[in-house]
Amino acid sequence: MSTDPFRPWEDPQATPLIRFENVTKRFGAFVAVDNLSLDIYEKEFFALLGASGCGKTTLMRMLAGFEKPTEGRITLNGVDIAPIPVNKRDINMMFQSYALFPHLTVADNIAFGLKRSDMPKAEIAGRVDEMLNLVQLSQFAKRKPHQISGGQRQRVALARSLARNPKVLLLDEPLAALDKKLRQETQFELMDIQGKLGTTFMIVTHDQEEAMTVASRVAVMNAGVIKQIATPDAIYERPNSAYVADFIGEVNLIDGKVTSGTEKSCKIIWQGGTITAQPRAKLAKGTEVRYAIRPEKVVISASKPEATNAIKGKVLDIAYLGNISTYHVETDSGQIIKAQLTNVRRLSQRSFAWEDPVWLSWTETAGIVLTE
Amino acid sequence: MRRAFIISIPYLWLVALFLIPFAIVFKLSLSDPAVAIPPYVPTLDLSTGWTGFKDFLSQLDMENFIWLTEDNLYWKAYLSSVKIAFFSTVFTLLIGFPIAYGMAQAPKEWQATLMMLIILPFWTSFLIRVYAWMGILSNEGFLNQFLLWTGFISEPLQIINTNIAVYIGIVYTYLPFMVLPIYATLEKLDPSYLEAAEDLGCSRTSAFWSVTAPLSKPGVIAGCFLVFIPVVGEFVIPSLLGGSRTLMIGKVLWDEFFSNRDWPVASAVAVILLLILVIPIILFQKQQERAQEAES
Amino acid sequence: MKRFTLFNITSLTLGFAFLYVPILILIIFSFNASRLVTVWAGFSTKWYGKLLQNEAFLDAAWVTLKVGILSSCIATVLGTAAAMVMVRSGKFFGRTLFSGMIYAPLVMPEVITGLSLLLLFISLGVERGVMTIVLAHATFSMCYVSVVVSSRLVSFDQSLEEAALDLGCSQFDAFKSVTLPIIAPAVISGWLLAFTLSLDDLVIASFTTGPSATTLPIKIYSAVRLGVSPEINALSTLLIGAVTIGVITASLVTKRAAVHRKRHEEMARQAEG
Ligand SMILES: Nc1ncnc2c1ncn2[C@@H]1O[C@H](COP(=O)(O)OP(=O)(O)OP(=O)(O)O)[C@@H](O)[C@H]1O
Ligand SMILES: [Mg+2]
Repeated sequence: MSTDPFRPWEDPQATPLIRFENVTKRFGAFVAVDNLSLDIYEKEFFALLGASGCGKTTLMRMLAGFEKPTEGRITLNGVDIAPIPVNKRDINMMFQSYALFPHLTVADNIAFGLKRSDMPKAEIAGRVDEMLNLVQLSQFAKRKPHQISGGQRQRVALARSLARNPKVLLLDEPLAALDKKLRQETQFELMDIQGKLGTTFMIVTHDQEEAMTVASRVAVMNAGVIKQIATPDAIYERPNSAYVADFIGEVNLIDGKVTSGTEKSCKIIWQGGTITAQPRAKLAKGTEVRYAIRPEKVVISASKPEATNAIKGKVLDIAYLGNISTYHVETDSGQIIKAQLTNVRRLSQRSFAWEDPVWLSWTETAGIVLTE
Repeated sequence: MRRAFIISIPYLWLVALFLIPFAIVFKLSLSDPAVAIPPYVPTLDLSTGWTGFKDFLSQLDMENFIWLTEDNLYWKAYLSSVKIAFFSTVFTLLIGFPIAYGMAQAPKEWQATLMMLIILPFWTSFLIRVYAWMGILSNEGFLNQFLLWTGFISEPLQIINTNIAVYIGIVYTYLPFMVLPIYATLEKLDPSYLEAAEDLGCSRTSAFWSVTAPLSKPGVIAGCFLVFIPVVGEFVIPSLLGGSRTLMIGKVLWDEFFSNRDWPVASAVAVILLLILVIPIILFQKQQERAQEAES
Repeated sequence: MKRFTLFNITSLTLGFAFLYVPILILIIFSFNASRLVTVWAGFSTKWYGKLLQNEAFLDAAWVTLKVGILSSCIATVLGTAAAMVMVRSGKFFGRTLFSGMIYAPLVMPEVITGLSLLLLFISLGVERGVMTIVLAHATFSMCYVSVVVSSRLVSFDQSLEEAALDLGCSQFDAFKSVTLPIIAPAVISGWLLAFTLSLDDLVIASFTTGPSATTLPIKIYSAVRLGVSPEINALSTLLIGAVTIGVITASLVTKRAAVHRKRHEEMARQAEG
């Protein structure tokens, strides 16, 4: 690891590997991707998140060459890839269903793309072995896809799409079919492999935890539009819209109005009282805003705390999740605010129970003020 | 109890009307023809008890089979039937595969219509479809008229009553049996296999040969069995479209039975035919069972 | 995605032309005024008139219809039972033999089936006629019915039937009120298939019939052996017309049922959401 972190998107000198320039894709009258622009840099692990049907797969399929953009263009290393057919693109895809050829063995599946590249015949076997080692499947080389487990299939698909050493690897929900534990293991394997090879990865996933774990940057899509692109921590801590805040993780959204404010601090009035917060820019008096605060940043206590923001309420519901519990607290004005506590103690010794009167509090920097 | 009842009804029916009849054919193939009703000896007379049965057994012999090997009409007919069945299966495959492929590739909203167009002739009388070709292939038929008109030929070609006519008739009538199973496998084929192949550097053609073709094998095999096995014993087509030199065993059996009234020899012909087909039939059954298991 | 390419259009066009041109020629020449079937001599429907006066053909048609209806009904019951056995009964003694007896008749040359059944009827001393043809046809068509119905049963969710049992149905009740309605389309197409197979059969009927019963295919065959005739063209046209109407109606009905079902499912989903 070098000392300066990997952040080519912050470097104005860096040229992106892939550029989507005002790309629109229509199916008939339906707009699947809407005037979208996006830069992806070499060696990035780029994650696409978004609700079902928002156009993630379509975006990838345009990059792979299965669909043509209706408008706009996509460049790879500055070259427009529209005229390059699928089989000539330096981009490989790992399919959601894996699409492992059922009539070929694991080794033949991996060799499939190599046989159609300019690799000399003699080197193919060596490359297949190398790929099998990479995904730790050497002893399964002779099996057919239906004779191995789901996790192993997923790794064969990965090896197959990486064998040709593509510039970009597209992964469409690669881990969706795996159980949680295997998925987490595989996420780390993926990161490991990506680190080793330095290939640019673009991954689509429904699982935000997965996106946060593996990605260098995350893009949140909605209805064919990218709402925000940022590093995982930035997208979690500083979402730019209520949609993103709500989509990534749990959040309390409080509607209110700015009563007074400077660049550094502002007061928001809402049904349950007043909140002091730090806006990103000066907000005019009377602006309608949404205040977003994550449940784990809300502190719950029995007596009135010394904090900038505090409200009274009573415990309505407790969701026990093992390592943490989420408390649903009804404020005196009737809103429900969620607060999360780590379960350090055993269940029976919990300090709050249903109907207990409690105080909720948070600091001035805990939440963010959103205007869209 | 209930289960046994449900199993036993179709089971017994098939044993009585499918299996036992074969045993009778086998028995008869060992008997001798006679001028009598029924036209063969011996007949089993159970009223005389055990001696009658022994007597009956002692009169059975392999004479008919020896006769079949001696007269080269028979083995030539077997050979030619298998040959005709083999080549017409190949032709049917060559014509049927592109049709099935075209159907499977067609837009979704078209597929039901295309399927119907394939099935419709299949429901239409076999005999009529063979008959339709009689008018086309005859010496004054449309094909000859057309070829004369285009100037390709100056004299009518003799097509009807030749093996060519038989091939045309077989390919025509058996085409749906080839198209339907192939279409069924192609239609189920996950399109992402083809996309993956292209993604990995295949051109359309090489993706076809390395992915579509091998994966359509079950359909192709089923189609080939559905054509090959019945064609070996085909009677109607050689009898209506073939000539005196078209040798097919189904026709020989028919003539032996209806014209010569030599039932024991007809039975022997059937037994040998069955022996030729038993391996393909078992393979076909295994293949169908595998396909059904894969489905469930 | 799915689309017509030039290659596909060409192969489909040629393929369907090959399938349909002979039938079209046959139909056109059934309206030919001349007795010569290959020379057009003006439009006429006289062969249809002749045909309808031909008692022998009408009798044969009646026999064929009787045989077809009876044998297809028997075949449907037996074939559905056989399909239940094949799909549901798991392992039982003689299963391989049973499945062999189901699949073999699909490909068995008709001359063999016909001959063997005839010999059975003779050794039993049964008088040959309509009944023997019915038995013969029911036997081979039940196998087709069984294949059609099994393919539906395989994709049938058995827990539905178990739910019915759980809710207090008897075995038979569960079959009648849950399984049967769901597999009904397959049973109906099985019946139709059995019926057309019976209408179509020449070889097995020729073996198993007696002097008292002549079916239409037997009649057509003996007429056709002498050569092409406009009367047969007319008869063929009528048969083709009947089958076409039947097949198209059946497919429209099933299509409508499918659309209905889809709409119901859609509504159910909306009610849930
Ligand atoms: N070939 C097509 N024809 C018509 N509409 C299409 C086609 N492909 C995709 N769409 C539509 O475009 C929209 C986006 O589809 P896409 O597959 O990109 O969604 P997605 O974000 O990948 O969803 P998911 O997370 O469910 O996979 C969907 O509404 C879909 O119905
Ligand atoms: Mg998708």
